Amino acid sequence: MAQLFHPRSTVISKASIVIVIIVLTSVIVAATEIYRSGYTTGQNVAREQPIPFSHKHHVNDEGLSCAYCHTSVDKSSFAGIPPTYTCMTCHSQIWTTSPMLQPVRDSYQTQKPLEWIRVHDLPDFVYFNHSIHINKGIGCETCHGRVDQMPLMRRQNTLFMAWCIDCHRAPEKYIRPRSEVFNMTYEYPKNQEAFGKKLVKEYNVQVNRITDCSTCHR
Amino acid sequence: MITLKKLFSHTVLTFALSAAALGVIGCGGVNLDNQPKYKPLAASRFFANGQSSRPLVEGTVPRGSFTTDSLLITGKVNGKLADLFPFPVTEQVLERGQDRFNTFCSPCHGRLANGEGMVVRRGFPQPPSFQTDSVRAMPAGFFFDVITNGFGRMYSYAPSVPVRDRWAIVAYIRALQLSENVAVKDLPEAEQHQLLGKAQ
Ligand code: HEC
Ligand code: HEC
Ligand code: HEC
Ligand code: HEC
Ligand code: HEC
Ligand code: HEC
Repeated sequence: MAQLFHPRSTVISKASIVIVIIVLTSVIVAATEIYRSGYTTGQNVAREQPIPFSHKHHVNDEGLSCAYCHTSVDKSSFAGIPPTYTCMTCHSQIWTTSPMLQPVRDSYQTQKPLEWIRVHDLPDFVYFNHSIHINKGIGCETCHGRVDQMPLMRRQNTLFMAWCIDCHRAPEKYIRPRSEVFNMTYEYPKNQEAFGKKLVKEYNVQVNRITDCSTCHR
Repeated sequence: MITLKKLFSHTVLTFALSAAALGVIGCGGVNLDNQPKYKPLAASRFFANGQSSRPLVEGTVPRGSFTTDSLLITGKVNGKLADLFPFPVTEQVLERGQDRFNTFCSPCHGRLANGEGMVVRRGFPQPPSFQTDSVRAMPAGFFFDVITNGFGRMYSYAPSVPVRDRWAIVAYIRALQLSENVAVKDLPEAEQHQLLGKAQ
C-alpha cells in the first residue's frame, strides 16, 4: 500500500505552523498600526471645510494672534470658533468679491452660522479644559503643532489617553512661561528640566492630582 | 450543596444574561462617545438658524455686572465724551492694555498706533495715525466709544473686548502717544545718555 502521507508532509506541517504564527503576528501588528494610524484617528488628515480657511495666511502672513479669533481660550474650557462677524471685521473691506468668501458673506447676511467640521473631537466621556492649560503655561503649539504652517487645519496629535497622561505625569518637560503660550516658535532652553521644574512650582501645578482618573472622567 | 452540574448551569446562565444585557445596551443606542447633549457651538436641527444655543435677548446684562456708572460703560459724563478713566491706571492695567492692543488693534493700527498695520498693507483702508495732534487731543472717552460702537469702516470690537479691557487699551494708547512724543530731557538720565551717545 502506498504511504498516506508523503515524507515531505512533516516538513510542510512544521512550516505551516511557523507561517501561521508569522501571519497572525503580522495581522495583529498591522491592526494596531492601522488603529493608531492617521487613517483611523484622523491624525494629520485635513478635513474638507465650507471655506478653505488658512491659518498659515492669517497667522503667519497677517501676524494675527490666536486670541483675535479664539477669544475664550484663556477664560473657558472651550477655545471658541469665531463667529462670521469676526471674519467680516476684515472681509467687509478686503477680498470682497472673492468667490471663496461667498459663504462668509451669505452667512453674515442671513444670520445663519457657518458650519465648520470639527478637527479635534474628544469622546464625550472625557473632560477637557483649555483655560487651565493656558494659564499654567502649556502652549498651543505643544498640543496643536505649528498651526501657523497649516494651509488647512489638521490634527497633530492622536488625543489618545496615553498622550494626555504622558504630559500629566511630567509637565516639566513641556511647560513654558505664561507669556509664551501663543508663541508658535518658542524654543525651550537647554536646561528645560530644571527650568520646567521651577515653573511647575511657580505656577503651583497640581502634579499629584492630574493623573487621577476623575480629573478627566468626571 | 452545590453540585458540579449546578455550578455549570449557573455559569452558563450568568454568561447568557450578561450577553443579553450587553446586547440590549449595544442596540439601545447608548453611545458614550457621542452623548445626546449639546456641547458649545453644537449644531441643532431644531432651530431655524441651525444653532443649539439661543442668542441673548438684546440688552441682557450678566448677573452681578449691572452698573449705572455711565463713564465706565459709555465713556460719557452727562452725555459728553469725558477725558477721564473710570478706575486708576496701574502698571497691571497698562500691561493688559498692551496685550489686548497688540491682539485686537495692531493688525490695522500698527504696534505704534501709526496706522501701518499688516492688514492695511494687504489693502484694508488706512486708519488715521493716533500720533497726530488732533487725535492726541481727543478725550479718552472717544477711544472707548470707537471700540464699543465702531467708527466708519471699522467694526465694533465690543463682542471680543470686555468693558474693562477696552479701558486698558485706551490707557495703553495714551502711553503710546506719550512714548512717541517725549522730549529727550524728560527721559531718565541713563536713557538720555544712551540715546545721545547713539546720535553722535
Ligand atoms: C482669523 C481667525 C483665526 C485665527 C487668527 C486663528 N484661528 Fe484657529 N480657527 C479659525 C477658524 C475659522 C477655525 C475653524 C476652521 C478650521 O478648522 O480650519 C479654526 C480652527 C482651529 C483649530 C481646530 C478646531 C477643531 O475643529 O478642532 C485649532 C486647533 C486652531 N484653530 C488653533 C489656532 C491657533 C493655535 C491659532 C494661533 C496660532 C489660531 N487658531 C488662530 C480661525 C482662526
Ligand atoms: C484681521 C483681518 C482678517 C480677518 C479677521 C480674517 N481675514 Fe481672511 N484674509 C485676510 C487677508 C489680509 C487676506 C489676504 C491674504 C493675502 O493676500 O495674502 C485674507 C484671505 C482670506 C482667504 C483667501 C482668499 C482667497 O481668495 O485666496 C480666505 C478664504 C479667508 N481669508 C477667510 C477668512 C475667514 C473664514 C475668516 C473668519 C474666520 C477670516 N478670513 C478672517 C484678513 C483677515
Ligand atoms: C493641553 C493640550 C492643548 C493645548 C495647550 C491647547 N489645546 Fe486646543 N484643543 C485641545 C483638545 C484636546 C481639543 C479637543 C477638545 C474637545 O474635543 O472637547 C482642542 C480643541 C481646540 C479647538 C476647537 C474648539 C474647542 O475648544 O473644542 C480650538 C479652536 C483650539 N483647541 C485652539 C487652541 C488654542 C488657540 C490654543 C492656545 C491658546 C490651544 N488650543 C491650546 C488641546 C489643547
Ligand atoms: C503638554 C502637557 C499637557 C497635555 C498634553 C495635557 N495636559 Fe491636561 N494639564 C496639564 C497641566 C500642566 C495641567 C494643570 C494642572 C493643575 O495645576 O491643576 C493640566 C490640567 C488638566 C485638567 C484639570 C482641570 C481642572 O479643572 O482641574 C484636566 C481635566 C486636563 N488637564 C485634561 C487633559 C486631557 C483630557 C488631555 C488630553 C486630551 C490633556 N489634559 C493633555 C498639562 C497637559
Ligand atoms: C489626562 C486625562 C485622563 C486621565 C487622567 C485618565 N484618562 Fe481615561 N481617557 C482619556 C482620554 C482623552 C480618553 C479617550 C481616548 C480616545 O479617544 O480613544 C480616555 C479613554 C478612556 C477609556 C475608554 C477607552 C476606549 O478605548 O474607549 C477608559 C476605560 C479610561 N479612559 C479609563 C481611565 C482610567 C481607569 C483612568 C485612571 C487610571 C483614566 N482613564 C485616567 C483621558 C484621561
Ligand atoms: C480691521 C482693521 C481695524 C482694526 C482691527 C481696528 N481698527 Fe480702528 N480703525 C480702522 C479704520 C479703517 C479706521 C478709519 C475708519 C473710517 O474712517 O472709516 C479706524 C478708526 C479708528 C479710530 C478713530 C480714529 C480717528 O480719529 O478718526 C479709533 C480711535 C480706532 N480706530 C481705535 C481702534 C482700537 C482701539 C482698536 C482695537 C480694539 C481698533 N481700532 C481696531 C481699522 C481698524
